[in-house]
Amino acid sequence: MPPKKKTQQTAKQDRIANKPRASKHKQSGKIKELFNQVVFRDWCKACGICSAFCPKKVIGHDDRGGPVIKRPDDCIGCRFCELHCPDVAITIIVRDVESERDRA
Amino acid sequence: MTKEVTKLIHKYLRHDKKFPHVWCPGCGNGIVLGALIRAIDRLGLEKDEIVLASGIGCSGRMPVYVDFNTLHTTHGRALTFATGIKLAKPSLTVITLMGDGDATAIGGNHFIHAARRNLDLTAIIINNQIYGMTGGQHSPTTPYGCYATTATYGHIEHAFSIAELAVTAGAAFVARGTVYHARLLDELIEAGIRKPGFSVVEAMSNCHVQFGRRNQIEDPVTMMKWLRDHAVATEKARKMKPDALEDKFTIGVLADLEKPIYTDEYQKVRDRAKSLARQ
Ligand SMILES: Cc1ncc(C[n+]2csc(CCOP(=O)(O)OP(=O)(O)O)c2C)c(N)n1
Ligand code: SF4
Ligand code: SF4
Ligand code: SF4
Repeated sequence: MPPKKKTQQTAKQDRIANKPRASKHKQSGKIKELFNQVVFRDWCKACGICSAFCPKKVIGHDDRGGPVIKRPDDCIGCRFCELHCPDVAITIIVRDVESERDRA
Repeated sequence: MTKEVTKLIHKYLRHDKKFPHVWCPGCGNGIVLGALIRAIDRLGLEKDEIVLASGIGCSGRMPVYVDFNTLHTTHGRALTFATGIKLAKPSLTVITLMGDGDATAIGGNHFIHAARRNLDLTAIIINNQIYGMTGGQHSPTTPYGCYATTATYGHIEHAFSIAELAVTAGAAFVARGTVYHARLLDELIEAGIRKPGFSVVEAMSNCHVQFGRRNQIEDPVTMMKWLRDHAVATEKARKMKPDALEDKFTIGVLADLEKPIYTDEYQKVRDRAKSLARQ
């Protein structure tokens, strides 16, 4: 099974999806933890498990079944996707909003 | 903060091997690989203290990818190699990884006698209810009525329940999990490795390519939903009526017993023999 090549489109989608956004950061004074969903396109076999089971519909899929990060800010960090990806191809990272904003 | 799981797994992979691995997209073997690594990490074992031995089959490819002491042995014989290793060096943590065909067809006799003997080994059995690697022939766990390359009119034999078989054969620790219940699987594998004596962890898994394709469940997601909907926790199952459990299987710990361990008993025999020789 040859690895599916990362297309420019999906790489760009990932970048956009994970761009730091502070809008939903603060909710009723309590800081909501945000997460980045990072897909390693070289290892992902587009099996569709992560998008099918994400409880918050953060992950959608393209027409091959590959993950498309749709609503990154809705991620609750349950890690279902990460624990069930048979190819170690998706990871959830706690978003460091402050430092990402500095870099931007 | 939870650990970044993927980073952790990378720590234990052999990065000089070809990735992505050889398994089909969505194959449950990859999920079991993750669970095994997380369990080992939680136990805090050094890579070099672990031996992972497998037989032949799709599942048998697993040791190739992990940076432990590994053996890819012959079909059905993972436990025999593991027995030799454990006897030669009891300080090692010895784990075997087998498929359902591997463990209960060609290796069935080794399996029941290893359970009876109670050597401190952990047997992880990936049960995908079919011979995956060789093209979908029925295995001893293919359910009655299901289709396989060698059961084109529906299977007329009845399936083994691996975990129950292990309980009857006398294994000290027996558990069953599924690739859908990944967190539970981590815990069961961890408990199995921790347990002194022969432990069996059966991991119900999806082979949508060889099993699913012939049984109208062609994708991994549908198979995982099937696992989710047919698994009942052992505690809950105890309170249920037998007919409510008819098309279900139990997950969790099925047996956890204290029994004398083979290597300890063998040491006693050695000591006794030595003292007799001195007299
Ligand atoms: C002695 C011997 N007999 C038969 C085979 C052919 N063979 C290879 S894998 C396999 C069965 C695989 O099924 P299973 O153990 O369930 O593993 P899976 O591929 O499903 O993970 C068989 C019969 C072999 N390699 N060696
Ligand atoms: S961590 Fe949970 S909520 Fe976030 S993307 Fe993964 S499955 Fe969805
Ligand atoms: S579960 Fe993993 S391999 Fe499958 S589509 Fe998602 S990222 Fe890709
Ligand atoms: S044939 Fe089945 S068991 Fe083998 S890699 Fe494919 S899905 Fe997995």
